[in-house]
Amino acid sequence: MKELLNFILKIWRQKNNEEKGKFETYRIDDISPDSSFLEMLDLLNNQILYNRTGGEPISFDHDCREGICGMCSLYINGRAHGPESLITTCQLHMRHFHNGETIYIEPWRAKSFPIIKDLVVDRSSFDRIIISGGYISVNTFGKTIDGNMIPIPKEYADQAFDAGTCIGCGACVAACKNRSAMLFVSAKVSQFSLLPQGKIERKKRVLNMVKKMDEEGFGNCTNTKACEIDCPKGISTEYISFMNKEYIQSFI
Amino acid sequence: MIIKNYLKLDSKIPIGPLNHKWINHKSSLKLVSPSNRSNIEIIVVGTGLSGGSVAATLAELGYQVKVFCYQDSPRRAHSVAAQGGINAAKNYKGDNDSVYQLFYDTIKGGDYRSREANVYRLAEISSNIIDQCVAQGVPFARDYAGYLENRSFGGTKVSRTFYAKGQTGQQLLLACYSAMSRQIGKGRIKMYNRYEMLELVVIDGIARGIISRNLVSGEIERYAAHAVIIASGGYGNVFFLSTNAMGSNSSAIWKVHKKGGFFANPCFTQIHPTCIPAHANYQSKLTLMSESLRNDGRIWVPKNIEDAISIRNGEKYPENILEEKRDYYLERRYPSFGNLVPRDVASRAAKERCDKGFGIENNENKEGVFLDFSSSIERYGIEKANELGIKNPSLMEIKRFGEEVIESKYGNLFHMYEKITDKNPYKNPMKIYPAVHYTMGGLWVDYNLMSSIPGCYVIGEANFSDHGANRLGASALMQGLADGYFILPYTIADYLSTYIHNKKELSTNHVEFDKSEKKVKKRILQLISNNGDLSVDFFHRKLGNIMWKYVGMSRDNNGLSKAIKKIQELRDEFWKNIFVPGNIEDGFNSELEKAGRVADFLELGELIAMDALYRKESCGSHFRIENQTKEGESLRDDIHYKHVSIWKYQENKSISEEMMYKENLTFSFVKLQSRSYK
Repeated sequence: MKELLNFILKIWRQKNNEEKGKFETYRIDDISPDSSFLEMLDLLNNQILYNRTGGEPISFDHDCREGICGMCSLYINGRAHGPESLITTCQLHMRHFHNGETIYIEPWRAKSFPIIKDLVVDRSSFDRIIISGGYISVNTFGKTIDGNMIPIPKEYADQAFDAGTCIGCGACVAACKNRSAMLFVSAKVSQFSLLPQGKIERKKRVLNMVKKMDEEGFGNCTNTKACEIDCPKGISTEYISFMNKEYIQSFI
Repeated sequence: MIIKNYLKLDSKIPIGPLNHKWINHKSSLKLVSPSNRSNIEIIVVGTGLSGGSVAATLAELGYQVKVFCYQDSPRRAHSVAAQGGINAAKNYKGDNDSVYQLFYDTIKGGDYRSREANVYRLAEISSNIIDQCVAQGVPFARDYAGYLENRSFGGTKVSRTFYAKGQTGQQLLLACYSAMSRQIGKGRIKMYNRYEMLELVVIDGIARGIISRNLVSGEIERYAAHAVIIASGGYGNVFFLSTNAMGSNSSAIWKVHKKGGFFANPCFTQIHPTCIPAHANYQSKLTLMSESLRNDGRIWVPKNIEDAISIRNGEKYPENILEEKRDYYLERRYPSFGNLVPRDVASRAAKERCDKGFGIENNENKEGVFLDFSSSIERYGIEKANELGIKNPSLMEIKRFGEEVIESKYGNLFHMYEKITDKNPYKNPMKIYPAVHYTMGGLWVDYNLMSSIPGCYVIGEANFSDHGANRLGASALMQGLADGYFILPYTIADYLSTYIHNKKELSTNHVEFDKSEKKVKKRILQLISNNGDLSVDFFHRKLGNIMWKYVGMSRDNNGLSKAIKKIQELRDEFWKNIFVPGNIEDGFNSELEKAGRVADFLELGELIAMDALYRKESCGSHFRIENQTKEGESLRDDIHYKHVSIWKYQENKSISEEMMYKENLTFSFVKLQSRSYK
């Protein structure tokens, strides 16, 4: 049997975006090192429910718990998705924390992600960026040509795929000191620009998406690469360079 | 339960030869002219592959579409988690694949409990889907010549699965999310994120709208439409532990059922053979490892029970077990399909070994088997070394090359496994065990995908029609997109065209909206003001235990009868003793959301058990212990059960009083055979 762990949790509580938030302190004992971070929060919420003290359970976003839907967030000990690389919070396990450790848990911190409640933020600004042009304008009911009619070099297909694996969780924004969304936007821009199907609209797409990103209040990139370090899918900042090139070329 | 044999329920399957049915049917469907489409409003509930694709397509056609999803963005729908791929009968690999082969594999895989006409249509459409997705910018895997790659899946002997590493579902979902986003930008789709449908509004027998709750503000709102499309996915979370997302729920389909929508084959729940085994009682979720891994992974347990015990106790490691001391039980029992037998067969075989004490995981039930990649790593390593012209490569080199090949095929899955279990699957075999995955049952629909309530359509996993008693791998994505992109947009026009003639105004002022809204509010109040002692999760886990124990991988008369009684008791206890914090006027309240969903699961669970109790045969995912062959294979009974079981809720009566009707299944193209994968 593995040694069970105890923690002190400092968790950000905030009723809604208008009211002021603050840290509350909780104690949780006997956590298995194999428990996931969110399972630990489930247990804490149960504790709160059964004790009838400490108010309502803590609200946090989560869904697939497989690291792919991008719903979970959490700023843990000063890092988006916590201390481990290349994972989302739902795939973070308590074995990565020390017994007795104090863990700070905060929501994503960005003006463009207003707080809904406690640790839950509103990421619809990401949706609005996609709505502004993050697609290929092909109709879905028409007849398209055979999938093999346009061969695509494997390296391009692979690179487009790597960019396409972005889960839109917002960790890049939360990790960035400028609250920039450029990693997110560049991933989508690159995916489509690398594929022949997406090349036709590439100029319009990058212009629209960058414009929308600015309107939504996201900051600019100053190449500190914090986004790349905290991105759970390892999206490279090379895509930001790629997007910058696309952006400049769109004026030519 | 009351069993009736006959009900005037028109499945609207077109006449004529199987391969002409869809073509002929399309030409007889009525149309709505482009200028009239913008006067028609449609509600879509759910934004996965089926909901997303139908919303995008209907909006493109010019209809006004309102889309509801409970997450913060349509991009989070659980289709995003599908890993392995999507089938299509393209025959790009020249292994003699065809529409007929795909149709045949699917109907046989479903153990002859699905509709022949629906399955054929699905196979016919499959190729279009791939072309469409490529055009939308889905970065499918490609070979070095630039052409699309394929791989193989369980239950088939051809390579017809298109994939994007282990993230195919994500790439397809993001493509239809993009297509939707384009329409949102045009104003043809109005998106309602963080909303949950809590009631279907039926006026004069026709679906006319929904009552939903804004999950942020807590407000109860009314929405009217000319048609309502339910695309809310499956109900596997009735088992608590499953591979579904935590929020996946049955509430939307259950509300439709209680408003008169028939529920078909509820007991057909697929148990997926390759999930990471459960490890402890605080666990919230099980994680799937794609079935595609069985292309390169060999499944085994030790031949000797002493070795299994030593492995469980950590005294021996898999590499200590010599090749001849390993039991590759799938290859032994099913030499022709081996590790690629369909999911139900693979799951049962794993259970059989673990029940006999050969399980290798040190968890509560000693359940788990190895999925071992070492032979593939070696084989690929040698191939790669040959390719690079390296003569006499060292063992280290072979392993390194082999691991690189495996990494390129399944990299993200191996990464995921390592993060969860803290074990490196390149070095040690994975440990896997079956878990609840997909529900083949769902709301009954006719050939046009309309439920028994006119104007209410059901697509994707939420309906019952295409997979029978078992679903073959890589066919869920296929059905979702076929329904959404290529079937419903045609069939719904046939229904909507009637509105142009009698120009009925839409309004949310009807008395049925009042009634439905009142009902929703009353239920929320009931939950929130109960002030009992126990949490929602407590009840959900308890229900899950009952379901897994008695209605899981194998079922028998006694267990099922017991389960029904236990669920009824648990439901009574729930309404007496549930505690949901917060006030009715508060907004965001996750406990309240869960409570409503678990209340529905507590009813659906009983219906699942009732359906399983009634079906005294073994077929696909439904294995009745009383009905098996001497070798322990499932024994179908085509004389008595070659039909869809259709359940009808009786208003204001308990679940146990639901009526059951039958839709007989006819097979004109295939001959029913006992399913063998030997």
